[in-house]
Amino acid sequence: MKPTQDHFVALFEPRGIVVAGASTHPGKFGFVALHNILASGFAGSIFPTNRDGGEILGVPALASIEEVPAGEADLVFVCTPASTNAELLRAAAHKGIRAAFIASAGYAEAGAEGRRAQQELVDLADELDILVVGPNGQGVVSTPVSLCAQIVAPYPPAGRISVVSQSGNFVSSFENYAKWSGAGIARAVSCGNAAQVGVVDFLEFFADDEATDVALAYVEGIEDGRQFYERLRAVCERMPVVLVKGGATAGGARAAASHTGSLATDDRVFEGMCRQAGAVRAATIESAFEVAATFATQPLPRGPNVIVVSTAGGWGVVTADAIAGTDLELLPMPDDLRAELDTKLPPRWSRNNPIDLAGGETKDTVPDVLATAAHHPEVDAVVFLGMGIQGNVAMMERAGGFYPDHGLERIVGFHERQEHRYAVTASDLASELGKPILTATELAVTSPSNAAVRGVVESGRYCYPSANRAVAALDKLWWYRRWRERREP
Amino acid sequence: MMATGAAQKQTCTLSEHDSKVLLARYGLPIAPERVVVTAEDASSAAEELGFPVVAKLCGDSIAHKTERGLVRLGLTNGSDVREAASELLGTATSDDGDVSILVAPMLRGSRELIAGLSRDAQFEMTIMLGVGGVLAEALADVTIRLAPITTIDAEDMLDDLATRAMFGPFRGEPPIDRSAVCDLLVGMSNAAEAEPRIVSVDLNPLIVVDGRPVAVDALIELEEPRT
Repeated sequence: MKPTQDHFVALFEPRGIVVAGASTHPGKFGFVALHNILASGFAGSIFPTNRDGGEILGVPALASIEEVPAGEADLVFVCTPASTNAELLRAAAHKGIRAAFIASAGYAEAGAEGRRAQQELVDLADELDILVVGPNGQGVVSTPVSLCAQIVAPYPPAGRISVVSQSGNFVSSFENYAKWSGAGIARAVSCGNAAQVGVVDFLEFFADDEATDVALAYVEGIEDGRQFYERLRAVCERMPVVLVKGGATAGGARAAASHTGSLATDDRVFEGMCRQAGAVRAATIESAFEVAATFATQPLPRGPNVIVVSTAGGWGVVTADAIAGTDLELLPMPDDLRAELDTKLPPRWSRNNPIDLAGGETKDTVPDVLATAAHHPEVDAVVFLGMGIQGNVAMMERAGGFYPDHGLERIVGFHERQEHRYAVTASDLASELGKPILTATELAVTSPSNAAVRGVVESGRYCYPSANRAVAALDKLWWYRRWRERREP
Repeated sequence: MMATGAAQKQTCTLSEHDSKVLLARYGLPIAPERVVVTAEDASSAAEELGFPVVAKLCGDSIAHKTERGLVRLGLTNGSDVREAASELLGTATSDDGDVSILVAPMLRGSRELIAGLSRDAQFEMTIMLGVGGVLAEALADVTIRLAPITTIDAEDMLDDLATRAMFGPFRGEPPIDRSAVCDLLVGMSNAAEAEPRIVSVDLNPLIVVDGRPVAVDALIELEEPRT
């Protein structure tokens, strides 16, 4: 069965949800799933079922799915034993339910018997016209309807990234990064054994989904490589896909059939497939999230020319080095821009790209220089390294034991407002000009409550822990932009 | 090294000459060559082609010529060619089946590429481009796409190579003609589409002569027709 838009809507935007096998035991999946749904404020109806009835977390449990009012639930979250699920699925279909997330284990991962049970489950779901996700999956999240139907945590902030993963725990990892960075999630789903639907089915839905701007996928094994490539490519023509591949589960088999020469390893085939399909491949979970967050929070660069705006010389130098290792270009300082900056800065500024203000700034210098550089028509993207120094000083002075006396209250407030303002200025310029403006400071990791970092997050952007990481992410956006542009009819 | 699909089909190889003839039909740049069966004819062929030449033993069952010492390089006159050809014919064993001598001009260029086709168990036919020459294995600078490819894919492949700096002017030689390399890759892709029996193609090396790659060796592996 090829699932339709309606099936995916039932999964991600159900009017009501049945938690089958809800439990009073806080250690069981059936408890955790219900807890997370309730705790995250899902606005639709919630129907826990439990053979013994009673009340779970203050919600009355129904003795069986038969008691659910017909037409009030679209999704069933299944925590019941595998052996009872066929009957459950029939009853669910009878109630008008179109999607089932199966958290139950005991299927293909459990040997031959389980594989047979899984096939029967899929055949039945096809017959009933129900979308089955899993089995052996960890859940589904959909922030547009405040749905957190998962047996892992956390519930991430809302955003434009949608996640599909062959590992449930990596869904959780991506949600952790979302929570930490503020770059939020729209949908997230763990495919489990991917019996009826797999990664690429979800990617196709995300491409149609108005809540999603970028897909983030964790992939291990692929069943039909050719079909995966063709469908992935069709998705990438419409929406960026960031993909991280783990495990060499198919490596042995592929290696045997690899290339004419001993030089080509199987991973190079996968790498080439991604580049051909337009998928942005990331080497690690961490960088995959960061690149996806960049797609979700910045416009695509129109060209390769980057200008670096820094309040410290060394930061700019390191960033110039990082740019040299990419397809981006460190824009040679245009004469008219240099002349304009000469009127705003004392003579000791770098007079080159990177723009090093060299400590010559007064109250409005940083936002002013940033805006001037970003506006220049030859500038396609900006890496802004103007934050951190003032925020750090403010943090130390606030905690140093002399605060708020000796004029500290006033100066600390000033530094914090300035840092926050720089971040907001960068974000406003990105929106106004449609150019990526990436801000980096290690305070993103070392001191996330710092005013600079808060300014970035509150303006809906991602604060990069280093300029190198900002450059690496920007390079991926530029690659994708070119891939799209060169293939447009 | 032999690529086979999940079905483990039987494969056979074409001789170097037949491999080149097949690929030339798809526009691949192949060095001119002559196939002869006697040492005397080898010498005449060399006179026609111009010295220096290479002489190789050629046959359907001969796949690893270099390892078996079946290639003689840099032959500069007729008598050297005659001598080399008789020696090569003398080394053939009954296992080699029908053999011949392949005579070709000795091409020179500082840069070498490798290219090929291979069936992948998951992704089916793939196309490879890499940097060749003595450092090839150490550099392992190779890029792959799934067949068929477009010219844009071929251009991307060139840009993938880490040592693409060698595509510029190099030791007095002109820059590598990018469009010639792209044409070669697209030609190989066309061959793969038109000849479904192809299991793998090995072009190693492609010598860059006056900025253009020329195949001086080729090996095609085919699926055996079902009997």
